Amino acid sequence: MSRWHISLILGGVITVLVAGAALVSRIWTPADPTAMDIMARLQAPNAAHWFGTDQIGRDVLSIIMAGAWTSLGIAVVATAIGGALGTLLGVTAAARGGRTERLVMSLNGVLFAFPPILSAILLGALLGPGAVTAITAIGCFMVPVFARISRAAAIQNWARDYIAAARMAGKSDARITAEHVLPNIMPQIIVQLAIQTGLAILSEAGLSFLGMGVSPPTPSWGRMLSESQTFLGSAPHLVLAPGLAIAITVLGLNLLGDGLRDLTDPRRGQRA
Amino acid sequence: MMLEIRDLRVTFGNRQVLHGIDLSLERGRTLGVVGESGSGKSVMALAVMGLLPGTAQATGRIGFDGRDILTMPERDLCRLRGNRIGMIFQEPMTALNPAMRIGAQIAEGLILHQSMSRHDARKRALDLMQMVRIARATERIDSFPHELSGGQRQRVGIAMALAMKPDLLIADEPTTALDVTVQARILDILDDLVSDLGIALMLISHDPGVIARIADNTLVMYRGTMIEHGPTERILRSPGHDYTRSLLDAMPRRVRETLGDAP
Amino acid sequence: MIPTRLRRLAAALLMLLVTSLVIFLAIEAAPGDPAEIMLGTSAQADTLAALRSQLGLDRPLMVRYAAWLGGVVTGDLGQSYTYGVPVAGLIAERMLVTLPLTLMATVLAVVVSVPLGVMAAARPGRAGDGLASVFAQMGIAVPNFWIGLLLILGFALKLRWFPTGGFPGWGDAGIGAIRSLVLPAIALAIPQAAVLTRVTRAAVLDIASEDFVRTARAKGLSRRRALWRHVVPNALLPVVTMLGLQIPFLISGAVLVENVFNLPGIGTLAYQALSQRDLIVVQNVVLLFAVIVLVVNAGTDALYARLDPRLRGRA
Repeated sequence: MSRWHISLILGGVITVLVAGAALVSRIWTPADPTAMDIMARLQAPNAAHWFGTDQIGRDVLSIIMAGAWTSLGIAVVATAIGGALGTLLGVTAAARGGRTERLVMSLNGVLFAFPPILSAILLGALLGPGAVTAITAIGCFMVPVFARISRAAAIQNWARDYIAAARMAGKSDARITAEHVLPNIMPQIIVQLAIQTGLAILSEAGLSFLGMGVSPPTPSWGRMLSESQTFLGSAPHLVLAPGLAIAITVLGLNLLGDGLRDLTDPRRGQRA
Repeated sequence: MMLEIRDLRVTFGNRQVLHGIDLSLERGRTLGVVGESGSGKSVMALAVMGLLPGTAQATGRIGFDGRDILTMPERDLCRLRGNRIGMIFQEPMTALNPAMRIGAQIAEGLILHQSMSRHDARKRALDLMQMVRIARATERIDSFPHELSGGQRQRVGIAMALAMKPDLLIADEPTTALDVTVQARILDILDDLVSDLGIALMLISHDPGVIARIADNTLVMYRGTMIEHGPTERILRSPGHDYTRSLLDAMPRRVRETLGDAP
Repeated sequence: MIPTRLRRLAAALLMLLVTSLVIFLAIEAAPGDPAEIMLGTSAQADTLAALRSQLGLDRPLMVRYAAWLGGVVTGDLGQSYTYGVPVAGLIAERMLVTLPLTLMATVLAVVVSVPLGVMAAARPGRAGDGLASVFAQMGIAVPNFWIGLLLILGFALKLRWFPTGGFPGWGDAGIGAIRSLVLPAIALAIPQAAVLTRVTRAAVLDIASEDFVRTARAKGLSRRRALWRHVVPNALLPVVTMLGLQIPFLISGAVLVENVFNLPGIGTLAYQALSQRDLIVVQNVVLLFAVIVLVVNAGTDALYARLDPRLRGRA
């Protein structure tokens, strides 16, 4: 079994498990993730609470599951918006060239100068913290990433013979882009979607850690880590669980992306 | 005999690319190896250098001064390569390190094999550049490969291969990537080196015209097998094999007519 | 040659201008009256108005924008609303933490990742390669602020080798300062090193199959020597590019890691300023970070051109 098979399967399994946990948390969690039980606070992992309890006695496993919904939700929405906008800009730049292309690339440069945390600080000043701030901040940073990749891939496609033929047949740039260019660059975009969703999870965690993500009581992995700082010495399980949840999710998405890339580009797979 | 190849067979996986090659080469002589691309010429050259890729399997014997290159340990091969066997590659555009000044690339072998000081090696590199007739060598020694023309780069390649005065020089299509006028000059340089330095030259080419100019003996290869082997003049004048004849027929008539004047 | 250079410079300046305008407008649109923040909500209306005109807040929008840009060029960034000191001085002071931190992290990341990537590529598919790729995958997936927490747990709370956080300043020959930067720098370096390891490995594999490497071997260079003398120098080009592209992540990481280790750096400054609605500080710090990203990207292109002789003189 070659390496990309392992990446694809492992990544796919992890991603499905995390997404499944997020979905299940909407209808069922082992305990109510918001139910406090001061008597049972800061318990280490045990039979009743597999991942232990937090500083006000909530079940950590249940918060982690509910947090998966928040993290994945924000990451997926942000990546989808950023990916769609970026790809649109990229293929437009490739189809139009000239002034449009220069404008898009400059816009890319400006957006790229604002890493998620920075735009979140700026947006936080404007809108205050919350899901919208997080999604906008993360999505904005995705735009140049997707614009760059889709532009490069689209330019390669424009150079092909069958597109010259479509042009000769009098089809418009927009139609050629929709009918020929987009379907051809889709594999590369999908690979990036997986990898960038992973990065978005990391960004979302960072924003919630700083208190710029969703507000309490909505559970989030980043805020769990932030709250765990106080109990670092006495309750290390509070640090381990959310961190592992983030790391495993991102790892799964990255592996999935790598596997998909090698699947769609066999030449790379052989060399890797 | 300096180089004596006996029954050399090379396989990649289950694909055999050389089916038993036999040849020998003496000091001061030039052996031309001719054949179309894919006939196994370059694989043979790499085998003599001990630089076959790890996926290749070679059997037989490549005797060099009595030792078998195929069984030689890597350490000894490193001492042999560059030092006693030099090689010139086909693509002057890609065969030089783009990030290294050409003087340093020529001097590198001298510093490695003869423990020369950087300063002395540089002086020697300059001599070599003049020997292969690179104009304004004092200025060019600090140039990067991309600043030179194809012909000049190939001369750098030759200077590099000659730096340690090797006993055997393998030139794999040294003129293929060059203009016709430059081709002739490079071949002249190689021919002079054989007679002046008394080295043995294995000249590999798909072009019988190139071989005819300077080779004493010629080996014709086709799909990894030897088809003919003998004095160049005999092989070109009265080819004993249909393949050789078709190779000669493929050349422009004007070139074929000049073959009669070939040395 | 010169026209392209000028055009690039003009494009870069234009991008800086647009960036600064975006920041300015966002801060302008943000709720919160600086005068009210400085004087408190109980202040009299006319006192507030007087302070506003003293701060120049009653001038038209574009005049204030121009004044800010003028100040940025001359180094006068205005007064912090909450600290009551010049913003420029505040930033300079905090830079003494952030700059060494990011530099240490970058050096650490390069020193670890380049040899690791080269080793992985030298024997692809072997144990070393597998180890490097596990490190690369893990390093990219773990959040650096979590690594920070784990480092505190292990090396500060359990082993007590390093402080759990805080910054003693650069006095006392800087030993205390360095000690308190070690763990944050490691936390910041690990994700960077993971990315760079991947890039190095791919670049070395790519270059190793080039013709000139065979030429070097034909000169008698051992596999190892050809690798370090001919392959690695050429493989560093993509590594340098990646270093430049990673700057936004380095900055984000610094904000988070400074927060974890309670370091008084630029990141903490921005974060605190935001929570105290000290918008003039937020505005200038965000501009500073954006300028750093833009300048480093331009600088990477220039460095790339210097490292690749083929591009020299064309940039």
